[in-house]
Amino acid sequence: MAFTLPELPYSKDALAPHISAETLEFHHGKHHNAYVTKLNSLIEGTEYAGMSLVDIVRKAPKGGIFNNAAQVWNHTFYWHSMAPSAGGAPTGAIAAAIKAQWGSFDAFKTEFTNTAINTFGSGWAWLVKTAAGKLAIESTSNAETPLTDPSKTPILTCDVWEHAYYIDYRNARPGYLEKWWQLVNWEFANKNFAG
Amino acid sequence: MTATNRDELQLSRRSALGLVGASTLLGAPALAASTAACAGPAVVAPRGPAGEYQLPPLPYASDALDGFLSQEILELHHDKHHAGYVRGLNSTLAALAEARTKGDYSGIKALSRALAFHGSGHVLHTLYWHSMSPNGGGSPKDGVLKTMLDASFGSVDGFRKQFGAATKQAEASGWGILAYEPLGDQLIVTAAESHQQMAVQGAIPLLVCDVWEHAYYLRYQNRRNDYVDAFFDVIHWDFAEQHLAATRQGAVQGHGGR
Repeated sequence: MAFTLPELPYSKDALAPHISAETLEFHHGKHHNAYVTKLNSLIEGTEYAGMSLVDIVRKAPKGGIFNNAAQVWNHTFYWHSMAPSAGGAPTGAIAAAIKAQWGSFDAFKTEFTNTAINTFGSGWAWLVKTAAGKLAIESTSNAETPLTDPSKTPILTCDVWEHAYYIDYRNARPGYLEKWWQLVNWEFANKNFAG
Repeated sequence: MTATNRDELQLSRRSALGLVGASTLLGAPALAASTAACAGPAVVAPRGPAGEYQLPPLPYASDALDGFLSQEILELHHDKHHAGYVRGLNSTLAALAEARTKGDYSGIKALSRALAFHGSGHVLHTLYWHSMSPNGGGSPKDGVLKTMLDASFGSVDGFRKQFGAATKQAEASGWGILAYEPLGDQLIVTAAESHQQMAVQGAIPLLVCDVWEHAYYLRYQNRRNDYVDAFFDVIHWDFAEQHLAATRQGAVQGHGGR
């Protein structure tokens, strides 16, 4: 059964003005869709056809199948990491865990922002829960994802490939990060943290 | 030739080779005066009074490639992105100097990574501007470049196909690179990931195509293939010819003649 492009969890203009409908049209309609299409063509007739997306990401060696599967998963996770009328300070269990780990939300926000800004080239910034139940901030390159490590639970992600922000922010990755905080979906983060 | 002229040429020649990191490997400085007179510098990258790297000007007006890339793309790319690598390279070198002074190498791993990233970013962007020209495109004239493209790729068309495929398929943010490999005295095509990964060490980039999304996104969005196809319409063969001649002459002499 071929993979299909998941719908965005909101309308294309729902994240404006922070992320424009034009960006989402390309990012979801072209980039994310291309990863789905490419993945389907690569796995056809292979041992990966019929596997779940997560299994493909965890089992495929470095290469085209892994890259496309991981990017399909990463992008879906990114869409859910944001929501309209979201952002601001975290609530619930994740708020307490962030405070316990970093002392304050601001300290966490600064470290996450710096990790995202300083990611070399294309990549992702992640908040993950480790096997010990602690929170950690990670940066991955290109298609790489913490999902490959079953001991970690991804909580949130911010896409810092240039296609995620170039239309709206040009070269200003820090400007994109600043606005991204106004979109963070803490409800999704709490759900992942509990899971 | 006056002494002053020779010194200037020698300086330029060193800049050209130093830029691509070949002078130490190939022992080029000793050869500089003799080769410069024949081939001339292909790339001159300015250095500041304290030896710091500086952003070289674009070799044409920022709207000169408008049929291919808009003025806005070129200005952002040169004034913001390329300038950022120059700044990153200088600040990394300053941090390394401080580490030496203090004898504290606890951050050396990150600094080495930053040096490779920003240093390669500066080299490749400098070459990228020269790899395109408002008068570019077409086919290379008869000369050493054409001869070596034929020898290394079967034909100019063979090069075009391999370079196009390698560049289109470069992973994420990367580059397509035509390089001179001095040990084999031949041309090769490599694809860089980021700026510095997947390099053939010692191979000297001659002509490069940037496929970081910032290079093309505002005009081509996700259509990287269209951008790479159109790159051939502005490709600056004459620059590659000049750069190859200068590079190769130094390299062959560096091996004691071939």
